[in-house]
Amino acid sequence: MKKLLTGNEAVAQGAYEAGVKYASAYPGTPSTEILENIAKYTEDILAEWATNEKVALESAMGASVAGARSMAAMKHVGVNVAADPLFTISYTGINAGMVIVTADEPGQYSSQNEQDNRNYAKFAKIPMLEPSDSQESKDMIKTAFEIGETYDTPVLVRMTTRVCHSKGIVHCCERKEVQIKDYKKDVMKYVCVPAVSKRLRVKVEERMQKLSDFSDVTELNYFEWNDKKIGVIASGAAFTFAKEVFGDSVSYLKLGFTNPLPAEKIREFAGNVDKIYVIEENDPYIEEQVRILGFDCFGKNLFPSYGELTSDVIRKSVFGEANKTIEYDRKKVVPRPPTLCVGCPHRGFFYQLGKRKDIIVSGDIGCYTLGFAEPYNAVDLTICMGAGASMGHGAQQVFDMKKDSGKRVVSVMGDSTFFHTGINSLINVSYNRSNAVTVILDNRVTGMTGHQDNPGTGYTLQGKKTVELNIEKLVRAIGIENVVQINPNDLTSVKAALDWALSLDEPSVIITRWPCVLKKLSLQDKEEFKEIFQDKYSIDQNKCTGCKVCIKTGCPAISFDNAAKKATIDLEQCVGCSVCFQVCPVGAIGKVGT
Amino acid sequence: MVKSILLVGVGGQGTILASKLLTTGLMEAGYDVKMSEIHGMSQRGGSVSSQVRYGEKVESAVIELGGADILVAFEKMEALRWLEFLKPGGKVVINNYEISPISILSGKIDYPQGIIEEISEKVDTVVIDAAGHAKDMGNSKVMNVILLGATIKSMGLDHIDWEKIIEGNVKQQFVDINKKAFKCGANLV
Ligand SMILES: Cc1ncc(C[n+]2csc(CCOP(=O)(O)OP(=O)(O)O)c2C)c(N)n1
Ligand code: SF4
Repeated sequence: MKKLLTGNEAVAQGAYEAGVKYASAYPGTPSTEILENIAKYTEDILAEWATNEKVALESAMGASVAGARSMAAMKHVGVNVAADPLFTISYTGINAGMVIVTADEPGQYSSQNEQDNRNYAKFAKIPMLEPSDSQESKDMIKTAFEIGETYDTPVLVRMTTRVCHSKGIVHCCERKEVQIKDYKKDVMKYVCVPAVSKRLRVKVEERMQKLSDFSDVTELNYFEWNDKKIGVIASGAAFTFAKEVFGDSVSYLKLGFTNPLPAEKIREFAGNVDKIYVIEENDPYIEEQVRILGFDCFGKNLFPSYGELTSDVIRKSVFGEANKTIEYDRKKVVPRPPTLCVGCPHRGFFYQLGKRKDIIVSGDIGCYTLGFAEPYNAVDLTICMGAGASMGHGAQQVFDMKKDSGKRVVSVMGDSTFFHTGINSLINVSYNRSNAVTVILDNRVTGMTGHQDNPGTGYTLQGKKTVELNIEKLVRAIGIENVVQINPNDLTSVKAALDWALSLDEPSVIITRWPCVLKKLSLQDKEEFKEIFQDKYSIDQNKCTGCKVCIKTGCPAISFDNAAKKATIDLEQCVGCSVCFQVCPVGAIGKVGT
Repeated sequence: MVKSILLVGVGGQGTILASKLLTTGLMEAGYDVKMSEIHGMSQRGGSVSSQVRYGEKVESAVIELGGADILVAFEKMEALRWLEFLKPGGKVVINNYEISPISILSGKIDYPQGIIEEISEKVDTVVIDAAGHAKDMGNSKVMNVILLGATIKSMGLDHIDWEKIIEGNVKQQFVDINKKAFKCGANLV
């Protein structure tokens, strides 16, 4: 059957057809929809949100050892978190097939960096496939399982944003059931003490040699011969962009299996064309191999090392200019940066935090990262998930070395970030006793990536009721006694909590607990947050003095009319968080209908 | 010949459903279709685009600079933001509807004037009041399908059975109003 699928949906379809029985992931753009789609096969596949990527990878590995085809999916930076097990499961190999999907982000649409995870395949010595479109995404997942089981290795499938989030026509097939293999105890394979690892290390090299031969014969790497003046070597989305530019006017070596690279095929191709263009996004991964084999080529000396290599970028690099465009006055276009939603529970907290002097805010990754922007200007640092509290701790320790520095650190993280790696950082704060204030912004969901469940929500990925981890109890259990839980929409308690925490000379934690406006509320949520989203507020135009204090809350439902010097609230958007009501100095804002 | 349709707007305006209907119709009509959507931050009020390409064989899912045959803007200023992706000689359909980013809402700057003039001086431009028509129909959400109707008409894709596509992809209770919206949009061009 023909279906229009995104690359992520196609990966899920591929996993289904390949007989996968277990899949685990931690959400992250652009990979999130892989597990969300696998989760729909409730009868055939157990799909889980793991607490982080390392846990996802290890769970999938456990499933493989126990005999089921398994999969782990993550965004590119997730592989950093999962790198530790990755490098050693390369040594052990697998029992049943195991595929790891990495979703890279050339162009950094929603990521903190642009790392090229093809390097991981080489570094960890595992085979890698790179699909260019949805059909290939599905097909390559199935092929990856076969390669992995033939060569006894986990396999990396490297996607990029454009492959993950583009749709194409996919021919779908039936699922092929794969029986769960028997588990066999084998310490010489799975117990990586030095004596064992040293032997496995040799096996890894032998395996890579065999895979090298495979790379030269597999149809995943193929020629498309046309005119031989120019030869293009490309993989992934870059191949489709290059085809768009050159069509049938050049010859191609299309690479779908990219670790190890096919030395013989590259030699043959290079020997047949006059000039080689290596067209690949981010690092010169293929280019370096071409050069090592002794061939000159155009690569990063012609094409940019960052951003996407879309057709216009290729055109500009090769021909000096992109297609003709219409000239117009760009000054008329105003930027449209993302903002916290109307009614976002992070708003009240950042409104209060932004007013503090002499604090450093060590931020983390989630919707609340937007607290760095106007009008809050309330975040100083953002590096990676879990880094907020640990960097905050280190900074506080140093500030305290200077007598009377007076500087205090407030670290912030979300609930999902807390369970991901933030909890480790907080244990460190507790153990080493800095007086950094840590704030856990518990909006009852993993918001940024599209509202996934997490260990604090009480539900699993496949909708099963489960235990709901209690953040406050956890924080107390790790040795922090100074803990308060507040409603972030209540500005008085936010202020009081910050005053209290900043007055202490030992670790403290503030938990803000109120649901994200876009969360689909569970029964428990509805019970706990009874008054939620019921009111609307409006501004009495006669009382409004045009002071703009409400504008400083940064709520997109409030607008200011410069001519009339009055603020108004868009009633269609207002969800009644009441933050503006609390800040208005003249009492012009009131509940509609009172 | 590969044709490229660029749908742009602001997160939450329904470009995703419009492009889903569009691509499904094109596939069922026998075209090769590819579509690319970048929606990382879209839910937080950012600019969004759906890029649809169809023909006998489509290579890239991404429309390049100067590559779109038609630019359909669900919001006025977005038309200008994405204009460099239009082929000189291409068409623009603009929904005469404003959504202000925070810098404008807060009164720091004004919503830019003269956008429609700036565009219509340079290219074949159709301005429609999809918001008004949707309101008249009693559901402001169908703005997207009105714009889809206008797109289909402008691209000469009327031979496809769009009513059937709507029936197959829209919730039962919204089928009729979406069919009406589609027709309304087609008649506006
Ligand atoms: C290692 C890693 N994995 C995944 C992501 C993607 N990611 C960014 S923010 C986020 C979730 C944040 O959720 P939470 O901490 O609950 O904050 P919220 O967005 O709900 O405010 C995720 C998963 C990432 N940036 N890094
Ligand atoms: S999605 Fe939720 S957490 Fe994110 S900005 Fe919107 S309301 Fe806030």
